[in-house]
Amino acid sequence: MAKLNMVQAINLALDEMMAEDPSVIVLGEDVGVDGGVFRVTEGLIEKYGEARVIDTPLAESAIIGTAIGMALAGLKPVGEMQFCGFSYLMIPQLEGHGSRYRSRTHGQFHVPMVMRVPYGGGVRALEHHSESREAALGHLPGVKVVIPSGPRNARSLMRAAILDPDPVVYMEPKRSYRAFKEDVPETPETVEIGKAQVIQEGTDVTVIAWGAMMHTTKKAVEEIRQARGASIELIDLLTISPMDTETICASVRKTGRLAVVQEAPLSFGPASEIIATVNDHALMHLEAPVKRVSGYDVVTPYFSRENLFMPTVGRARRGIEEVLDF
Amino acid sequence: MPKKALETFSVSYLSILDEDGNVDKELEPKLKKPELIELYRQMVWARRTDERMLKLQRQGRIGTFGPSTGQEASQCAVAFAMKKQDWFAGAFREHGVRLLRGETLTRQLLYYNGHEEGNVNDGDANPRNLPISVIVGAQPLHAVGLAYAMRLQGETETCAVTFMGDGATSEGDFHEAMNFAAVWNLPVLFVVQNNQWAISVPRSKQTKSATIAQKAIAYGMPGVQVDGNDALAVYAAAAEALDRGRRGEGPTLMEAVTYRLMMHTTADDQYKYRTKEEEETWWRRDPLVRFRGYLEAKKIWSEKDQEALEEEYKAEIEKQVKAFEEMSGWKPDAPFDHVFGTSHERIEAQRREFLAETAKEAARG
Repeated sequence: MAKLNMVQAINLALDEMMAEDPSVIVLGEDVGVDGGVFRVTEGLIEKYGEARVIDTPLAESAIIGTAIGMALAGLKPVGEMQFCGFSYLMIPQLEGHGSRYRSRTHGQFHVPMVMRVPYGGGVRALEHHSESREAALGHLPGVKVVIPSGPRNARSLMRAAILDPDPVVYMEPKRSYRAFKEDVPETPETVEIGKAQVIQEGTDVTVIAWGAMMHTTKKAVEEIRQARGASIELIDLLTISPMDTETICASVRKTGRLAVVQEAPLSFGPASEIIATVNDHALMHLEAPVKRVSGYDVVTPYFSRENLFMPTVGRARRGIEEVLDF
Repeated sequence: MPKKALETFSVSYLSILDEDGNVDKELEPKLKKPELIELYRQMVWARRTDERMLKLQRQGRIGTFGPSTGQEASQCAVAFAMKKQDWFAGAFREHGVRLLRGETLTRQLLYYNGHEEGNVNDGDANPRNLPISVIVGAQPLHAVGLAYAMRLQGETETCAVTFMGDGATSEGDFHEAMNFAAVWNLPVLFVVQNNQWAISVPRSKQTKSATIAQKAIAYGMPGVQVDGNDALAVYAAAAEALDRGRRGEGPTLMEAVTYRLMMHTTADDQYKYRTKEEEETWWRRDPLVRFRGYLEAKKIWSEKDQEALEEEYKAEIEKQVKAFEEMSGWKPDAPFDHVFGTSHERIEAQRREFLAETAKEAARG
């Protein structure tokens, strides 16, 4: 058992998978000698060489496009989009080809590929470095989108993503990279992609979050527990798409109340999909309107104002209490 | 400090068998008689199947497709120079390559009749043919990735060949692919079929470059322009490029100057933007007529051979069209089978609804 932060945990997962399977390779801008701008791939080039840890030219579409070709020929490429804001250049290849080779050939070809996308605000970075666009990616059929919330599940999700036979977009909440450490077991763990995790059971209200918002939400939940002793069921979504209908709806059937905390803009976000899912399967169990604590439908402001626009512990707490008090 | 030229470049042009049937004996590739005949047969097969598909489309028996008539030399001669282990990442107008690498007409008809099943490699089809890529200019990147994977897996003598049109050379992915292939020194052959038209936009409005081949220079790889209606020149240039790749000397860009003798696709009317006179000029450069003349001059092909071939192909086409039209029993929910390798309840729930709704729709009549 080692205490690791999220950067170290993702690095550990990559290292383990590269050691286990020679078809796993890493490619991206500055991922080799520099170890990545966030140091997630640090040390890999020394261990596995520059044929398997590739410092690519600066072109996101080519990083994913060549990764698709590599995957078609049996490699398991893990590509890095340096920041979420640069990742839109990967969408034509992801939507046009990565997501389609399997369906296009009825399974004869498939694309076992991971695209890492550091995302989210709160790190005082320049423009284009703070967005939370998981919904845009989750809307693409044939693509899986996962988001870890802490070091332990970052490691197990990365392992699952690399082992997965299909394209997985692995979004990394930058704000959580070095924010805290967790015990990460010696033996590698995997989680099932497409499954949410109930991390705290409760009976009064269900609260769903993912990524960096998980940390914020945990604090809000703890404040509410201490203040009023409410029994809160907290779910870490982990997979944006395909979304885990069962875990979400089973919890709502039990608690009758739901709040969702998301960093992404309000409209068309994962929270909206969660509510639609509850509408389909558990509407009659609801005792209160579902609350979305969310980002706003504005272009992410520069960092002097950025934090005003992100859900905070206070906003999350007020949102959850609104549902409890309805 | 006067200005001085740091580098100077030139672009070569290759023609071996010209429009009048003259052959450059020094450059003539050393193909054996059966090989020459096989290459010719493949070119004729591509033409006859293309003609038949056009008729089928006009009769409403298949959907939209892009005819390749006129581009047989640019396609078949490259495929003929490839080895079985080489990868092919094409666009949507390389029937000649696909047929030569084992795909059946039946399969193509399935594809153009709206069935993904037409992309499934079966029988004799080369498992290293990627399916048709409709998005212009995207697939060269896949070829680069394939070549990278081959080298890493120890298949250093395997090349990746990717095809695109002149229009695709304006796409960013084309340039990124060229750059990556060159930086990584990979055995990739980029074949640009410069057929003069990207739907309605002529080559002159596509790029200011005097040639497409010269775009290779900026990426540090050889670029060659060939007479794309000259099967011998296309073969020789492709074979040389593939040999270079196999020797570990990196990628090549080949511009095959040819002409799309038909419409862009069956949904297009080419006379909105070009003249019949222009087409007639190019019909006089028909690669099939030229290559047949070469074989006849060598006394290895005759009118009688041609008649026998036409009879053979007529029967084969009938057989394959019949096989296509007799196919049935398509599974309506197959798309749900192929979203992911391991399905997910969210997908399966939608499949159940789809099947229930489909049954209700059928009951409505």
